Amino acid sequence: MIKKPTRMTGIDGAAVVKQALRRLEQPARRLFLRNSLTLGGLSLLSGCAIVDEDSAEQVLMKVSRFNDRVQGWLFDPKLLAPTYPESMITRPFPFNAYYDEDEVPEVDAASYRLELGGLVADKHAWTLPELQALPQTDQITRHICVEGWSAIGKWGGVRFSDFLSRVGADTSARYIGFKCADDYYTSIDMPTALHAQTLLTLTYDGRQLPPRYGFPMKLRMPTKLGYKNPKHIQAIFVTNTYPGGYWEDQGYNWFGGS
Amino acid sequence: MTDATHPIHPAWLRATHWINALAVLIMVTSGWRIYNASPLFGFQFAKGITLGGWLGGAIMWHFAAMWLLAANGLIYLVCNVASGRLAHKFFPLSPRAVAADLLAALRGRLSHADLRQYNAVQRAAYLFVVADALLLVLSGLVLWKSVQFPLLRELLGGYESARRVHFFAMTAMVAFVMVHLAMVALVPRTLLAMIRGR
Repeated sequence: MIKKPTRMTGIDGAAVVKQALRRLEQPARRLFLRNSLTLGGLSLLSGCAIVDEDSAEQVLMKVSRFNDRVQGWLFDPKLLAPTYPESMITRPFPFNAYYDEDEVPEVDAASYRLELGGLVADKHAWTLPELQALPQTDQITRHICVEGWSAIGKWGGVRFSDFLSRVGADTSARYIGFKCADDYYTSIDMPTALHAQTLLTLTYDGRQLPPRYGFPMKLRMPTKLGYKNPKHIQAIFVTNTYPGGYWEDQGYNWFGGS
Repeated sequence: MTDATHPIHPAWLRATHWINALAVLIMVTSGWRIYNASPLFGFQFAKGITLGGWLGGAIMWHFAAMWLLAANGLIYLVCNVASGRLAHKFFPLSPRAVAADLLAALRGRLSHADLRQYNAVQRAAYLFVVADALLLVLSGLVLWKSVQFPLLRELLGGYESARRVHFFAMTAMVAFVMVHLAMVALVPRTLLAMIRGR
């Protein structure tokens, strides 16, 4: 969920070059941390690694988990992310995933079922019409990517806290995990799941959520970075066992929230 | 503190200075790698001078060294204020004195006989870089936690504006370091004083 908004810029030379540069950078992004902790050319110049990579990685991972706890403590569930007028929506809203746009999964609406698992009382699978029949709300908020860029969009759907109470989820559990049709997976903390602006979105800009933005369903959290917002969700489970995530397991901060 | 038996710089100052230097080096080089993931302007930093290898690694470094920078900076500020060193070393300070010392420096006539005394340009530059570091921390807080610090976010003009503030405050910090290093090269005794205290 961190790829650059390649469709954001118009067709001009600079944009094409930028896009090409990003493509070149892709494999580097997928490197695991162990290959990544030298101070670039400086360590090459001196002929030795400045830090022992394995121990540096372990320390940095520990600090990152410490930062998870600090962020959980800092998170005020009553504070709302800013909302914006329709005129400020970023058009076109950037496509964003760990794969290219032509690899977006096709999810069949008729056979789609949202599966529920873990610490949930009512585990019956939900069809799309059933989800669409629930009370809906919408919001215009800023999506902030871990890369730094941001874009404003309009999402509509079911307030996640309403959904969780409807299915009898154990809201004293620590984590909620998500499995997606694009093989993406991630997990979030319970206070964020219960935040008033956390939506199980079924629409984008007033229309059915298009495949490129996560059809049939995306979890939208304006209090989290982009990679924490899973698309094409197939299964939701409530657990006390740390589920990790696609990017989180490679070194992105787990809390990943603002 | 003008007694010759006392060090030019107290031990706490030397310690916080070098810890800060390390923290700033990590913050700036990892910050450049983070910038490269989504450049605000039409350039990227050469990969060889960035830290972290990839975005995730750079962010880990950045969000680890931030604790070092903040804790060390806090100790520096508390010691500086509580010991009276801030008032004693940095004031009085007037624009006229800065202009006069700057002119003298450019003509090569500024004396460095007594390293205990900061000239007006030094005073202004060091106070500036402390304020700049504070701005880096505050704008960084908005980028990290834009929802949790609404007042700070609005003061800096929103998330996107805070990105630019953070970038230009980094630029000012790097510019300071370059001038600072050039001055140390011109008056090498200052380096010894910052290491040994004498």
